Amino acid sequence: MSIKLKMASSQGDVQSNDGKQWFYTDKVKDHFFNPRNIFKTQQEAQEYACISDGIGLVGSPACGDGMKMFLRVNKDTDSIDECKWQTFGCGTAIASTSAFSVMITEGGGMKIEDALKVKPKDIANALGGIPPLKFHCSVLADKALKEALNDYFKKSGQKERMIVGKVKVVDKILKITDHDIEEAVLEGALTFEAVQKKTKVGVHDKECIPKVKELIKFYQNKYFGEE
Amino acid sequence: MANNIEIKKEIYLDHAATTYLDPKVKEAMLPFFCEEFGNPGSFNSVGRRIRGVLDQCRSLVAGLIGARDKEIVFVGSGTESINLAIQGVYRANKGKGKHIITTETEHHAVLETCEYLEKEEGCEVTYLKPDRYGMVSPEQVREAIREDTILISIIYASNEVGSINPISEIAKVAKDHKILFHTDACQAGGILDIDVKNLGVNLMTLNGSKIYGPKGTGMLYIKLGTKIKPLIFGGGQELGFRSGTENIAGIVGFTTALDLVQHNRVDETKRLVEMRDYLSENILSIIPNTILNGHPTKRLPNNVNVSFLNVEGEALLLYLNEHGICASSGSACTSKTLDPSHVLISMGVPYEFAHGSLRFTLGKRTTKEDLDKIIEVLPGIVKILRAISPFDQNVKEFEQFADQVNIIESKQNTNVSNEGSQ
Repeated sequence: MSIKLKMASSQGDVQSNDGKQWFYTDKVKDHFFNPRNIFKTQQEAQEYACISDGIGLVGSPACGDGMKMFLRVNKDTDSIDECKWQTFGCGTAIASTSAFSVMITEGGGMKIEDALKVKPKDIANALGGIPPLKFHCSVLADKALKEALNDYFKKSGQKERMIVGKVKVVDKILKITDHDIEEAVLEGALTFEAVQKKTKVGVHDKECIPKVKELIKFYQNKYFGEE
Repeated sequence: MANNIEIKKEIYLDHAATTYLDPKVKEAMLPFFCEEFGNPGSFNSVGRRIRGVLDQCRSLVAGLIGARDKEIVFVGSGTESINLAIQGVYRANKGKGKHIITTETEHHAVLETCEYLEKEEGCEVTYLKPDRYGMVSPEQVREAIREDTILISIIYASNEVGSINPISEIAKVAKDHKILFHTDACQAGGILDIDVKNLGVNLMTLNGSKIYGPKGTGMLYIKLGTKIKPLIFGGGQELGFRSGTENIAGIVGFTTALDLVQHNRVDETKRLVEMRDYLSENILSIIPNTILNGHPTKRLPNNVNVSFLNVEGEALLLYLNEHGICASSGSACTSKTLDPSHVLISMGVPYEFAHGSLRFTLGKRTTKEDLDKIIEVLPGIVKILRAISPFDQNVKEFEQFADQVNIIESKQNTNVSNEGSQ
């Protein structure tokens, strides 16, 4: 008897520099190659911006990803009528935004309060899962939504509804916040050493190290689930 | 859309990652699995026959790179070869000094080894910053030399952007200061001049899996008289530098592969340069807001590395892959660390463009039809991705950057005569 080795299907998958394969599900590929709720041209986007109730932009080309979200809100039902978007980013970023835009608009549109509850994990589930390392690419949509809604709240005189991020400084010397730690974890830094390499946290402010370790555990559980 | 794309064949343009085995290499290796399986260390006829094969391989390889038999050590990969060179030289020469000079554009095998020695063994390392093309100069090396410098390790040609470093000139600087000089020539086998006498190096790394040879094979050239310590201890095989029963089939494969590529070097280089320029000229002229990364002429004959404004590399790869085209990218999203290519960043390529880089590396099986296929589909892919990008305000900034590059290029071009084939 001899063993038989199976080859992974290579269609549509690409490899990372460390040789690990990104296994994209058919749903990811579908949303990537046929993105929903997009514009055909930049011109179309500009025109749509004029009739949008709220617009949110997060990220920058320097970061490697960025997203602009355009919302139209049904004021009577306080729900999201239309969600259009533009993304500069990798396959996961494009697919997750597309899936997100469908999630919050299908069936007559989600209530704003419900749309705000959609977590990156829900997007990943809707796509049939995404590679853990690519998780941080899927958080843009939910950030862009908050920005776009804040824009809407501001324009429509509902300032009391604006979502204010609670950011706490952890490293007092380098002014590193819990949000920075969150970002680092999302980018795949799962140990204190890895987070420190990315953020320099605790290099000077040694007192914050236990707190940082706690935060890493917290965000790790939040995004990747308990081991 | 994806469903409509009919996959006809795979076009492999990632030869810098690895190559297929040359069928002639496979043929040469076959007898050494089941029939001639002996251990060259055995005192019997089965072993003795293999001993003879091993000696011949060493001698053939030595001949191909202008070395002596005793200067060739067969190892298990390019990475192992680099580790042996750097760690081995450092530990054997610690008494003389603790300083190593290398560059920011090395392969991770060099960078990680140096970082380890810095962290664990008191080594001090200077990482030279490359110019905008990813190259370092002999002057830069000279300026970095200290009293306690014991090793200089510089990549021959960049695996990412393809730029070729002036190795023989740097070797002269090293020799003047009596400092050992290692070069990682993994991308140069079968392409550039790898004669160690012409280059003047003390140590040189080659990798079998980049020259149509088997994976898990490589070589370190160690000039006689070089003080170096082994990494692996045991039966004292490979002149004492690499214990463990020799991978005879692999060594035969490596030797055959090197022999084949070195003998076809001149013709193949000429063919590749023509194809490389055909591809890059077409991409640059058809797709607006695109730049070539690396030196326009002093570059590997098989490397095209381009950056597109406002497009992310991994998204490009996915689309290309759907068309059966296998390339690679320096984009953050294709790396383990989610940082864009360290080579592009240290060359000063802005992050915006490093994320949108695409590398095509050509090889033996590459045909003009393959390249025409890229030229046919790439503009459409870039257009799709640019249309859904939220950033268009940077076009101006990008043009300024591209202009700057062009000015430098036109200045440098006047001094360049060869096509990188040396």
